[in-house]
Amino acid sequence: MGAAVRLAASAYAVIILGFIFLPVATLVLFSLQATSFPIPPFTGPSLRWYGAVLSDTRLTAALANSLLVASLSSLVAVVLGFLSAWGFARFVLPRAALMRGLITLPLTVSYLMIGMGLLILFNTIGMPKSLLAAGLGHVVINLPLCFAIIYSQLGDHQITLERAARDLGASEARVLALITVPVMAPAIFASFFLSMTFSWDEFVISFLLTRFETTLPVEIWNLLRSGLTPKTNAIGSLVFAVSVVLAFALELLLIRRKPA
Amino acid sequence: MTAPLVEIRGVSQSFGHIEAISNVSLSIAPGSYTVLLGPSGSGKTTLLSILGGFLTPTSGRVTIGGVDCTSLPPARRPTTTVFQDYALFPHMSVGGNVGFGLRMRGVARSERGRLAREALATVGLPDVFDRRPHQLSGGQRQRVALARALVVEPAVLLLDEPLGALDLKLRRQMQDELKALQKRVGAAFVHVTHDQEEAMALADQCVVMNHGRIEDEGPPDRVYARPASRFSAGFMGESTLMPFDVAAALPGLPPAPRDGAIAIRPENLRLERQPGLIALGEARVTTVVFQGSYKRVQAVSIVRPDLLFIARAEAGAAIAPGDICMPGCRPDDLIILSR
Repeated sequence: MGAAVRLAASAYAVIILGFIFLPVATLVLFSLQATSFPIPPFTGPSLRWYGAVLSDTRLTAALANSLLVASLSSLVAVVLGFLSAWGFARFVLPRAALMRGLITLPLTVSYLMIGMGLLILFNTIGMPKSLLAAGLGHVVINLPLCFAIIYSQLGDHQITLERAARDLGASEARVLALITVPVMAPAIFASFFLSMTFSWDEFVISFLLTRFETTLPVEIWNLLRSGLTPKTNAIGSLVFAVSVVLAFALELLLIRRKPA
Repeated sequence: MTAPLVEIRGVSQSFGHIEAISNVSLSIAPGSYTVLLGPSGSGKTTLLSILGGFLTPTSGRVTIGGVDCTSLPPARRPTTTVFQDYALFPHMSVGGNVGFGLRMRGVARSERGRLAREALATVGLPDVFDRRPHQLSGGQRQRVALARALVVEPAVLLLDEPLGALDLKLRRQMQDELKALQKRVGAAFVHVTHDQEEAMALADQCVVMNHGRIEDEGPPDRVYARPASRFSAGFMGESTLMPFDVAAALPGLPPAPRDGAIAIRPENLRLERQPGLIALGEARVTTVVFQGSYKRVQAVSIVRPDLLFIARAEAGAAIAPGDICMPGCRPDDLIILSR
């Protein structure tokens, strides 16, 4: 009986994991294809298409753009998210519940709506489509996330720590720099890496808000329009690899770290 | 008498419609150990927060060392606080924690290290400088918190239920150490607790608080022997309490004040008739609890079933629930409470 249940549980786990990872595994496998079509039979392994990706200046430029947009927009989102979370946690603000709701609201709005809204706004104020515009869009979608994560971690214990620091003569700026930020570092880094992940994968907003210089997901989409080659598999695998790195960083910071 | 170090004059503190402290005045002498004693919600912690500068009172004035500190922030007062949960900075070493106040005062790193080590030695922890707070036991953290607050040489050290998180044995041990430490460093200590034993063991001056007011104030032996009010008598130790109408029903007792009561401490109540004692009628023993060095006896008066006698019998006394006893006490041991 126990053995049967264990077997069923294992089978279930294999099916679930297969369902989740089979597409990615296929993608990675056929990125190593030696011939021109990413379809069976497998003719590799070969790094031919990775070479093609890395010598394609459009793709490498897009990759650099993506990293730039992801890191800078995440940095801005984390700083703004932290400061607003700190403000809400420490001060009695008028209509605090409503304001908190408004800050977190973009989490529930689809990226398409946010992208369209920003497109119309930027058009009206005469701001051209650019990486900067896409980065601002990513701040809009990631700030609520950073705010929510950091706000949830700002508890009464940190309040006493800050009081203790003030009591010992620290100015507000030093309380923030020497106590609050270091104590909140896990939540701050976690929200930064989560923002990076979301920005790195984001397509719709970047598609709507960039034109000549663009991010990697948009460039991949351009590539797909000219048909499937193992090159798209190779670039997809690279994107996946970066996401894995970010997810691991997040896991290490947020999940592995338990309060002492 | 030296001039008071801390003067609290007519201080009130409201939170919305709730008055946590109403019109409290208190003087604290330099180098004294003051204990604020009261149940939760009595305003003792609020008063400590006002002294520390974490709250600005709704009205009234606080002067420390002759300087008006009423609305001075914590950083600019000659006070430091030992928090209930110690509030050690988890991302800094013990040395970093203890040196923090000196760092904020611009003391150079080497000097900071030296003073922090000295302070740690004072509290009996010479070897933990490089450890992290989470590597220490509760009692050690407590000492680190003390060292951190004392190293900046405050005129007044504020302690917010500092022993609350420790087990009983450690608590009694830390009590003795706190008292010795206070004598050694010479700062005035203001200590908040709801533990009357702690208060009696530590205080030069005991301040009993209730409902945001000071009920009683003075040396603990005086507060215990001659409490100023029924609340104070009930909170500092226990007693047999006879309100006006109960006292009137017992012959031999002087009349109790109309709003007050007569109280007898358990160690002063005898359970058998003896010459020279005021007889308090017959009573039936309800509970006998063995406490080690004595037996705690409760008995209900036969004449007044609403009167509960609390007495101490010898550890070897042959007394059991259901026994009839004859409570009585010496006239000098009657405590007349006017309110």
